[in-house]
Amino acid sequence: MADVKTETPTGAPPRRRGVEDPGFGPKRRLTSGGIVALVVKVVLLGIIDALAVFGLYVLIGKGDWVAAAVLLAVVALVNYIYLRPGILPGKYLTPGLFFLAIFQVFVIFYTGYISFTNYGDQHNSTKEDAVSQIIRTSQERVPDSPAYAVEIYRQADQYGMFVSEPGGDTAFGTNEQPLEEASGAPDGWERLNLNQILRFQDEVLALNVQVTDDVNDGTLRTQDGSTAFVFTSTLEYDEAADTFTDTESGVVYSDDGEGNFRAEDGTTLTPGWRVVIGWENYAYAFTNEQIRDPLIRVVIWTFAFAFFSTFLCFALGLFLAIVFNHPTLRGKKFYRILVILPYAFPVYLTGLVWAGMLNEEFGFINEVLFGGANIPWLSDPWLARLSVLVVNMWLGYAYMFLVCTGALQSLPDDVIEAAKMDGAGAWRIFRSIKLPLLFVAVAPLLIATFAFNFNNFPVIFMLTGGNPRFTDTTLPIGSTDIMITMVYKIAFGSGGGRDYGLASALSILIFIIVAIIAAISFRQTKSLEDLH
Amino acid sequence: MKVNRKGVVGLGALIAGSAVLLAGCAGGGGDTSETEEGGDASSSITVWVDIERKPALEPISKTFTEETGIEVELVTKDFATVDQDFISQVPTGKGPDVIVSPHDKLGAYYAAGVVAPLELGDVADGFTEASLAAVTYDGKVYGVPYSVENVGLVRNTDLAPQPASTYDEMIAAGQAAGTEYPFLVGLSPEQGDPYHLYPFQTSFGSQVFAQNADGTYDGSQLVLGDAQGTAFADWLGTQGAAGAGVFNANIDGDKAREFFLAGQSPYYLTGPWNIPAISEAGINYAIDPIPSAGGQPARPFIGVNAFFLSSKSDNAIAATNYIVNYLSTEEAQLSLYEVGGRPPALTAAYEKAAAEDPDVKAFGTIGETGAPMPAIPEMGGVWSDWGNAELSIIKGEGGAPATVWQTAATNIQSSIG
Repeated sequence: MADVKTETPTGAPPRRRGVEDPGFGPKRRLTSGGIVALVVKVVLLGIIDALAVFGLYVLIGKGDWVAAAVLLAVVALVNYIYLRPGILPGKYLTPGLFFLAIFQVFVIFYTGYISFTNYGDQHNSTKEDAVSQIIRTSQERVPDSPAYAVEIYRQADQYGMFVSEPGGDTAFGTNEQPLEEASGAPDGWERLNLNQILRFQDEVLALNVQVTDDVNDGTLRTQDGSTAFVFTSTLEYDEAADTFTDTESGVVYSDDGEGNFRAEDGTTLTPGWRVVIGWENYAYAFTNEQIRDPLIRVVIWTFAFAFFSTFLCFALGLFLAIVFNHPTLRGKKFYRILVILPYAFPVYLTGLVWAGMLNEEFGFINEVLFGGANIPWLSDPWLARLSVLVVNMWLGYAYMFLVCTGALQSLPDDVIEAAKMDGAGAWRIFRSIKLPLLFVAVAPLLIATFAFNFNNFPVIFMLTGGNPRFTDTTLPIGSTDIMITMVYKIAFGSGGGRDYGLASALSILIFIIVAIIAAISFRQTKSLEDLH
Repeated sequence: MKVNRKGVVGLGALIAGSAVLLAGCAGGGGDTSETEEGGDASSSITVWVDIERKPALEPISKTFTEETGIEVELVTKDFATVDQDFISQVPTGKGPDVIVSPHDKLGAYYAAGVVAPLELGDVADGFTEASLAAVTYDGKVYGVPYSVENVGLVRNTDLAPQPASTYDEMIAAGQAAGTEYPFLVGLSPEQGDPYHLYPFQTSFGSQVFAQNADGTYDGSQLVLGDAQGTAFADWLGTQGAAGAGVFNANIDGDKAREFFLAGQSPYYLTGPWNIPAISEAGINYAIDPIPSAGGQPARPFIGVNAFFLSSKSDNAIAATNYIVNYLSTEEAQLSLYEVGGRPPALTAAYEKAAAEDPDVKAFGTIGETGAPMPAIPEMGGVWSDWGNAELSIIKGEGGAPATVWQTAATNIQSSIG
């Protein structure tokens, strides 16, 4: 703020801020920038506000008051922050916080919300939709009933059907009045052309004309406005009682509070709808024996996979870094390029290529390296786990090699020199000097790598797809599945229907586990830094 | 000034973010207002189609537009995931009016409540019985079929001049040909392939679900584990690694084709999709019925591609008209046949196509005996255990084939409840 003071005319009382008189000269700060910045700012804010007004208009039109209120509050806050001079930290933080809110906080809360619902393939809409779909699918065409040519008529908000029966008779009827022989539509009714039929299609589709006075003889309905068939309904919906009744057996289906119409014997009507079911998804994950035991094995393997992947990559990377860092080694550059190569291939590709190379009978590994032995690399549970670890090591050591090379080269020579003077051997220097110093630099990266491998979806998915399958569960999960691939299979898998609710519950569990690991390990890292 | 620039950049980022957010709101809102008011929305219908079939639908859609004044918007979707998109988007009101889809997804569509039943009337008479059964669920027709596909036995006529009538004859001829493999079929080393092995299974009289009188399947009656199923499992064991070694789990679909193209086997069990590659490779081939292993006819699965109507279509009348009256014509079905090469479902169109192309006729004849792939939601829970059981049996793992088979059947029964 030093420049502000120097630019204030001497003698004049220092003005608080330029808001009161923006025209007092460009150097008087309306904002912290010049006139160009001011114009840019006003234009950009104007765009935001214009979009916000449009958004509010739409949201209020939809009756979505909560979203409208949130939008209004956010935009008001943004305007306040950028128009008011000062609060510089706010100006920096706002965009970041904004994205944090959209991409992190909202996602977590929404996932959390879904995990308390039964959202899935068979419960994916509202109860209203479910009721209308059940009504629609319960319409059954009377076997071998003929096709009737129909014309649609309208009077005020009444709709009627003029029917030519296959025998040549003609008749007219409406929703209230059953078919009656007539040579044409009554006076005052206007025939709808195709365009009008399309415009009033909801009403036309709802036209339901009784063939006789007895409703059990069926009703005429049309699906295209030109042909009608006789339908009978197998289910009747009672709006007041909120129940469906089977017209033949008399079985009553009522709302079971879990998103289904259920009869007393437990049979349900499809589809169901989405409701909040509380902790059921979490309880299911821990109590259902189809999922409980496999889930525990998957969790253990996930930890083992993440730990060994990180450890193996680090160990190999560090080893190569030390070897290639040796002052007397020739052709270092060449070796380093070779080592980094795996890093350049996308995992999706290498996963598939490795799967082919590990084929039991025709794979390169068995054919060439093991002389035609049939080693079941990918179909034996333990060998499959080993294969996944080895392939992931191959994919990941280059990164560790780069990191370790950098860290080794930045170690202070004098400390090592001093150790040598004290008579320490190479191993001693490595263990007591280099490694601890290295860890200070690499530990956060190791934690990040661990967290990454914890959710290392592509390598598992492309290499083994989680196979070989567990034999003691009907869920399509297997020995090499980690939690994230298991969640994927439950949410989007090829087997049965998708279950977003359960998948969200498992995601939240993963989130909690990863958060705990991160918290603990960063605390540990701090104590490492104290070594320094 | 450094400070100011950063401020402006941050502001720009903020605006970009808000714009994205607002665009999202606006898009959603726009759709709703349009559809709720009706009017404009009813002048067009949206069809989800894959890129291959799109050109075939264009002329028919044009005719439709000319005759009714309703625009048809053909939206290209990825065929592999179109069923999942359909199930999740229809309830939001953003789905299409019409979707092109394989029939075996029908059960899932029904369970999710995203398809509406169609009344075909006289149009139904033009279709083959199997293709209609495929699009029928719980007694009601939900789609208009347009193509039928199934596997057949492709024979390299240079290596095996005569067709074989039984499985044993085929293997004997295959061994006599002196090639590396007597017979090839693609299996997955991880999941097996019940689809390709199904003809052999049916030749023992084994099915997955019991069939109702009208050809549809009863999801409550899993018959996989019955005596016929066990007989098939025992037989499969004798042909796997522990026995004759004809079936090899390590030969996947790509390898099987590669070996056949290289002339390493006279017989190859595959579908019409591999015929172009075989004929391009210059192999003299014939397409034979699948030989029986268990004495009864070997019936492959029939896959039917069909058009379905969304249950939340804003324009159901126009869409129904389009599906039932325009896509079921001989012209439309032939035009779809020409782009995809799959035998048409409409009998009249199929006969024309078969007269022109002997391969279509051959696959179509085999398909006449086939069984529609069950289109019930329970089917989704069957594939994985089923394939794994076959895989274990072929590899000779997990004990006696009959035990492995029974375990799979019990597992499936408990998962579909």
